[in-house]
Amino acid sequence: MRSFLKPLLTIAAMALGMTAVVPMPAWALVELNVNKGNVEPLPIAVTDFQGGDALGAQISQIVTADLKRSGLFAPIDKSAFIEKISNPDAAPRFDDWKVINAQALVTGSVSKEADGRIRAQYRLWDTFAGQQMSGEQFFANDANQRRVAHIIADAIYERLTGEKGYFDTRVVFIDESGAKNARKKRLAIMDQDGANVRYLSDGRSIVLTPRFSPNRQEITYMSYESGQPRVYLLQIETGQRELVGNFPGMTFAPRFSPDGQKVIMSLLRDDGNSNIFAMDLRSRSTTRLTNSTAIDTSPSYSPDGSKVVFTSDRGGRAQIYVMGADGSGQTRISFGDGVYSTPVWSPRGDLIAFTKQTGGEFQIGVMKTDGSGERILSSGFQQEGPTWAPNGRVLMFFRDSNGGPKLVSVDLTGRNEQPIPTANFASDPAWSPLLE
Amino acid sequence: MGRIAALTRNPVMIALVAMLAIAGCASKKTPNSAADLGLNGAGAATPGSAQDFTVNIGDRIFFDTDSSSIRADAQTTLARQAQWLNQYKQYAIVVEGHADERGTREYNLALGARRAAAARDFLVSKGVASSRLKTISYGKERPVAVCDDISCWSQNRRAVTTLSGAGS
Repeated sequence: MRSFLKPLLTIAAMALGMTAVVPMPAWALVELNVNKGNVEPLPIAVTDFQGGDALGAQISQIVTADLKRSGLFAPIDKSAFIEKISNPDAAPRFDDWKVINAQALVTGSVSKEADGRIRAQYRLWDTFAGQQMSGEQFFANDANQRRVAHIIADAIYERLTGEKGYFDTRVVFIDESGAKNARKKRLAIMDQDGANVRYLSDGRSIVLTPRFSPNRQEITYMSYESGQPRVYLLQIETGQRELVGNFPGMTFAPRFSPDGQKVIMSLLRDDGNSNIFAMDLRSRSTTRLTNSTAIDTSPSYSPDGSKVVFTSDRGGRAQIYVMGADGSGQTRISFGDGVYSTPVWSPRGDLIAFTKQTGGEFQIGVMKTDGSGERILSSGFQQEGPTWAPNGRVLMFFRDSNGGPKLVSVDLTGRNEQPIPTANFASDPAWSPLLE
Repeated sequence: MGRIAALTRNPVMIALVAMLAIAGCASKKTPNSAADLGLNGAGAATPGSAQDFTVNIGDRIFFDTDSSSIRADAQTTLARQAQWLNQYKQYAIVVEGHADERGTREYNLALGARRAAAARDFLVSKGVASSRLKTISYGKERPVAVCDDISCWSQNRRAVTTLSGAGS
């Protein structure tokens, strides 16, 4: 558990000088417009990084897998490559890459420094323009080889799409094992691609709905360990836990505010209804935000912290409402044919993701923050609980089929759905911000 | 298998299974004795025991989809529970609220809590001291029936009255 999310990476990122090729105007460079409705995946060739024994090939493999899963890139099979890159710092034979329709090419190298650190560098080439688009190098300690690859994938993604990447991130989730009527649930954390799973609880108590702090070091979640289900904070590094507030009844559905200073959650009333409260983590003062004889739950802040979206059944069945962060102006925004819950505000601020139950199906969708422009991205028999990638382009959720839940990601077009590999059943994913 | 497990949770079925097991005991040892089922000869449960409550009174009520209204059949069960609880005052009581899987996790935690509160309030209205009663919601985390259709979901939408130390 030690030095897990620590400054693992002294990411000394350095731009690599452009090699001598004919300069071209910037507008000629290959780019992907992710705002167009139907993006054709960009053919890209990622060559094995030179040096570092098996590490060079492994980095290339991780970069390739990240780009492929995004749905925006179509990595070309290595067996089609004509040129064998011997010097990753020299201009490649662009014609050899054009002929296999690789519009972008990645070369790189990896080596061990005298102090034990790994040095990895990459160059991204536009084969049709015949020039280098970007190049950087990174230093990392030995334990963070995979992170170096994710950081390189993020750099390539950002250079070609103009959007921030999301590969150097983690996901907290609930690992589920055992029979359905006696499920063992453990808090777990992994890289966004399913690697490096670590367990943060022992499975003796039911744990649910973990969510990341914006500082990436803490999780808030719900646990039955005291008998009554309550909201807790967990320091990922130290394993230190604490109860959030000292309320008589159940507290649930926690999330951090965007500045990390508050936890917003539901508190059970004695009459059996649930209202939303915010608790300041420093002063420990609590503020009631809703006061209805209804179920008010699943609160989620807008990224600027000024508003909160939540679920309420005050109108009969569960629907999505928005209010000011002080509880003012509570307004229903979902009016479609069905039951809506689990609203989550996009980190970009533009959309709200939700679960909708209609016609015997569970759907994952997005709507604008005024409730207009609803789009369904995924439908299934039983699925719920979207969480946003930090760039607001991809959602992860969980789908129950074949005896238990598994994690799935889908992009905003709804066309690129990908399973997230986990050893056991998995539910309640929550995506971290980009790591630092 | 899940279906069978679900049915044996039904009080009527438990009584039936228990009696068959006892009948079996008269002629020969059977591995499926009532004791193996954790019932300890529930058909002849000591009046006032936890087994008596579970088997002869009925420890659970069921709800309609997305509802916490106490149905007519549930009112009958709860009234019977209240009468028994008022007779045997040594027990502390925890009412567990549960939901089926056809709802999202956090909403179902709230729905389970509302069902537990509704059952608790009914017991209080029938004279059970509120100081004896606590509630807990398990949302959809503790299904007793595990198939993927209505027959199971209706078993899981429940409130279970548990006696201190009796478990559920």
